[in-house]
Amino acid sequence: MTTRVWIEPIVGRYMHLTLNGHSHRVYVEEAGTGVPLLCLHTAGADTRQYRALMNDTELLKQFRIIAFDLPWHGKSSPPEGWQQNTYRLSSHDYTEAILSVVDAMQLEQPIVMGCSIGGRIVLHLALEHPERFGAAIGLQSGAHVEPYYDLEWLHRSDVHGGEVSAGIVSGLIGPLSPAKHKWETLWHYMQGGPGVFKGDLFFYTADGDIRDRVKQIDTKKCPLWLLTGEYDYSCTPEDTAFLGHNIEGAKWQIMKGMGHFPMSEDPDKFLTYLKPVLQEAARARSA
Amino acid sequence: MDAVWCKALSEQVNADERLVWRGRHVSTSFLLEVGQSEYVIKIDQGRVSSVKKGPFAMGDWVFALRASEASWTAFLELLPRPGFHDVMGMLKLKHLQMEGDLYPFMSHLLYFKDVLASVRGREVNA
Repeated sequence: MTTRVWIEPIVGRYMHLTLNGHSHRVYVEEAGTGVPLLCLHTAGADTRQYRALMNDTELLKQFRIIAFDLPWHGKSSPPEGWQQNTYRLSSHDYTEAILSVVDAMQLEQPIVMGCSIGGRIVLHLALEHPERFGAAIGLQSGAHVEPYYDLEWLHRSDVHGGEVSAGIVSGLIGPLSPAKHKWETLWHYMQGGPGVFKGDLFFYTADGDIRDRVKQIDTKKCPLWLLTGEYDYSCTPEDTAFLGHNIEGAKWQIMKGMGHFPMSEDPDKFLTYLKPVLQEAARARSA
Repeated sequence: MDAVWCKALSEQVNADERLVWRGRHVSTSFLLEVGQSEYVIKIDQGRVSSVKKGPFAMGDWVFALRASEASWTAFLELLPRPGFHDVMGMLKLKHLQMEGDLYPFMSHLLYFKDVLASVRGREVNA
């Protein structure tokens, strides 16, 4: 019996950055060549969510796809002294981390694409730093989400943080998601550090509220696309419709049957939605 | 609805060895409110050991999940429409309320979600 062995084109490295005055070791991975496409993972997860994109041979011929684990996530450890602090992601720190990676990698006007908290921060980036990005793509993008359960459940020593985090997000995955992709997506959540998902939700449910400012986004400076799964009850299709109606020039689409993690819960179906958008975004970036 | 919650639930859960194993540290009882009907479902080490239908003069349960009959009927569809495909989604969209000591539920959230979903696709009028 022979087993087919193959090696993925994804290459990962560690980058040392000073963020918020502290030294950080940040994990960055990339694949492909061409138009830089910077991908931002969801709350409580990591770059593995983009594994399908970074293995798509068609995309890799045209795009240099880059993803990094936010500090505290995946292979990016928390800063020294973390044990004395409670992690909370702010709009400022999130923006600083993204711009620092863009600078360190010398990315020229990358297309930035983020999901969930990433779909929120691309709105902040399009508003506050449009000159830095060639285009922005928000997946599961909403201007604000009210917490609908007691977030304290996510970080208490008498409840397994990984299991409860996966339990919280499991229903956000579309019911037609292939089981292997659903459970891999949940595995990422099960591996999150204590309190990290909850800390990200500070940005998602409080600090990152951008409802009052989305009308100021100028899509002539930073073209914007929004893709949202119809089964997402966290960032709902209505939340994305609000953005679509309030941001002049934004293009948006609801993805049938999909949930909150399109790139990892059903990558094949997601790519049928994403690829035309990426072509438009690449053209807009070079215009 | 009686056939789903009083009969099918225990059959489905108890026949699923992996699900029972995942709930091996769960021993509790909870109230399931389906519109005007109430059921108290008792779990012993991951197995559904009894389901009793109310009304209860002295209800004995740790936590309650309350939703209308229409909401549970939508939840039980084999492919539910968005918002009814998950109990946390029903909570967010205010189709369901939770109360009581939620520790057993939240500390075994994936288990309880799969317990409730185990009867999905069952004929609710049977």
